[in-house]
Amino acid sequence: MFQFAQRRKLFFLISACVIIPGLIAMIYSTIQNGSPVKLSIDFTGGTLMEVSFVRNVDEQEVRDTLEEFGLSDYVVQRLDPIATDAIDETDVPAGSRWQLRFEETDRIDDLKVYMQDPNRLGEFWSPKSVEEDPTREDALTTSSVSATVGEEVTRAAILATLAVAVIVLGFIVFAFRRVPHAFRYGACAIIAMFHDIFVTMGIMSILGLLFSWEVDALFLTAILTVVGFSVQDSIVVFDRIRENLPKYRGEEYDMVINRSVLETIHRSIATQLNAIFIMIAILLFGGETIRQFIAILLIGLMSGTYSSIFNAVPLLVAWEKGEIPFVNRDAKRRHQEELTAAS
Amino acid sequence: MRGYRLWLVVILAIAAISIWMSLPDNPGIHILGMDRDVKIVQGLDLQGGSRVLLQAAPGTDFDDQTMEQAAKNVERRVNGLGVTEAVVQRQEGGRIIVELPGVRQQAVAFESIKSTGLLEFVDFSTVTPGTVPEGACILTTEQVARAEASLPEGEAPRPYDQYTCPSEDLENPVEEPALLQSGQPYRTIMTGAGLSDAAATLQGQLGTQWAVNFVVRDGGNRVNDFINYVANNANRSMAIVLDGRLLSYPTIQADLAASAAAGTMDGGIITGDFTRDEAQILAAQLKYGALPIPLDIIAFDTIGPSLGQISVDRSIRAGIIGVITVLLFMLIYYRVPGIAASMALLLFAVINFALFKFIPVTLSLPAITGFLISIGTAVDGNILIFERMKEELRAGRSMDRAIEAGFERAWTSIRDSNISTIIICLILYFFGNAFGASPVQGFAITLGMGLVINLFTAVVATRTFLHTIVLLIGNQLRERQELLGV
Repeated sequence: MFQFAQRRKLFFLISACVIIPGLIAMIYSTIQNGSPVKLSIDFTGGTLMEVSFVRNVDEQEVRDTLEEFGLSDYVVQRLDPIATDAIDETDVPAGSRWQLRFEETDRIDDLKVYMQDPNRLGEFWSPKSVEEDPTREDALTTSSVSATVGEEVTRAAILATLAVAVIVLGFIVFAFRRVPHAFRYGACAIIAMFHDIFVTMGIMSILGLLFSWEVDALFLTAILTVVGFSVQDSIVVFDRIRENLPKYRGEEYDMVINRSVLETIHRSIATQLNAIFIMIAILLFGGETIRQFIAILLIGLMSGTYSSIFNAVPLLVAWEKGEIPFVNRDAKRRHQEELTAAS
Repeated sequence: MRGYRLWLVVILAIAAISIWMSLPDNPGIHILGMDRDVKIVQGLDLQGGSRVLLQAAPGTDFDDQTMEQAAKNVERRVNGLGVTEAVVQRQEGGRIIVELPGVRQQAVAFESIKSTGLLEFVDFSTVTPGTVPEGACILTTEQVARAEASLPEGEAPRPYDQYTCPSEDLENPVEEPALLQSGQPYRTIMTGAGLSDAAATLQGQLGTQWAVNFVVRDGGNRVNDFINYVANNANRSMAIVLDGRLLSYPTIQADLAASAAAGTMDGGIITGDFTRDEAQILAAQLKYGALPIPLDIIAFDTIGPSLGQISVDRSIRAGIIGVITVLLFMLIYYRVPGIAASMALLLFAVINFALFKFIPVTLSLPAITGFLISIGTAVDGNILIFERMKEELRAGRSMDRAIEAGFERAWTSIRDSNISTIIICLILYFFGNAFGASPVQGFAITLGMGLVINLFTAVVATRTFLHTIVLLIGNQLRERQELLGV
């Protein structure tokens, strides 16, 4: 029989191996950029523009053009050209595609005209013919958010996170209202939840430093969805522990816990597998714009399954045995007394 | 068993209606007082277009009524531009959201929304044709009156030679001083408020010049001044000025003056060096009037439609692959109950899709993703039930009792898990109300809807399907329990 509760130290170590690099990245990023993760224009305000040119321009040219236009604080990143296989009747070669980010929000249309000057970056690339798409703006996407709106979104995001935290707490208190040590179950489920938040934030911070992945409103959605699923997973396992504890009164605490995990693990794995099938399908075959969102959701979901089985439950055992510093010393003393008495 | 037969009929009826609604060429429902199209509404990110957030300019007074009026005017102007299915929505705090599906000429559309569009017919009777260039900055009595009316109390009015027009030259952004007529502003005869209709037309000898036809409002504001001016100034000029810029100053033809004098003139034509878009914008502005308050654009998105089309194709492909994988997993892992679950899952998908078309839910990329993820979690209910069922079978219960126990004992877990995620979807929905976060809303709606529908399909439908299967091949199942996945 696999020993979930007994090998808890190994499981905690695995979690630490994932979380600590993320924490280091978050600290580094805070010192470097002022925030633990790279924030998108949703929160900071500014403009994000994706644009393709017919000519294969190089990065210096793009920078020079933005500079001459009068932008000072900008980020330029080359993207893969749009794959044209999904567009019908096109034999236009893919040009060069760029993501531009800057603070200016007013002169977007002017910038478009300015960039398309033949002496600068030249015509926009479009997968369609000139007759169909005379403005050549077909493959152009811009999103522009003023600083005020950015602040509002940030405020709304904080409110939403707090609301979810309150709901989750209330839910746990309600679910375990008639169990001895209800507080422990709640605390362990919440620790597992924070585990998942730290894992996803940490990985996002690393990806932000390496590949400029940005945290936008959809990222927050992914985190909150993950939190919902994670708490649910913990509750399903705890529910079974609650049911089994009186049933197997003679057994060692960690044996009962182990039994409960084994009984529910089929469900956890089957459910997660199905969600993972769908997400991997979207990740591999789905649209490009949603890919970061799905990737984060997937990481969070896997972390959520791991944390409820390999963190929340072993944590419960550790608590019972008094292994957690500063908490429940009585239990530890009692446990040791039992051991000495037995020997 | 009677109860299940009834449920089976209900479920089949729901399935039939849903499949009918899901048909691509569904004609819509137009009976029994209902009048509703049943069709897919694609989000802006999928069909391409622009989304603009407007806000009353800082310092302007607005109340509910002026905002309502402004929103109506914006809507009329947008429709006047020929944008189909544009959405104009009022928001708290003097804001208006405008969605313009398929609008590619962003600058054109924005301008029509934003500009307050002050059109004036100006007394140019002393100006010789050809001496003032088109596009010149002209100061008029109406502009001065408006500027002085909005002056803060106690502030001295601006001298006439201090009025300027914003530069139109990107390379050389210098404010242009306004032209005066011997130190005085030109006289405004009538503003655009005196017009009742306007339309863009082609004219000229070859029919290639864009121009704007207009009709004056009977008894409208200063319409009499306008008619009198035309009647008394044959062979002299009249200027048409839009937002302080001279559009043109055609010479009044003698026969037009005569018809004005006879009281039979009801309109005219504005010519200028218009493109088709410019003529349409001007016509829309004339027809639907100026906004009651100035609006600023504080955020906007534009999405090219090709990218959206690629996304739709790929999402559909990803969805089909994902669903097939889930169906295979359920069939292989749970065997016969898996068949019931697969049928329930297909029912789930078709009910969802029918509701998306019926309500209608705007399908953006995040919304489609929310739906796909709800498919992934929809089977969770079935998994909880079937795992419980297996346990009961292993504990030695008979098949029929194990099935009953599976559904009854798993119900609380299913209910709790769905409710907690539904609550999170509600919170996400409210978070998505903030403009910049609106993609979140689509995700929250479809995921939340999926969870609610799942409560029905995972429990009631699966149970009914499973009972029907037991009714048909129950004896084989009792003998060969491996068919139940044990």
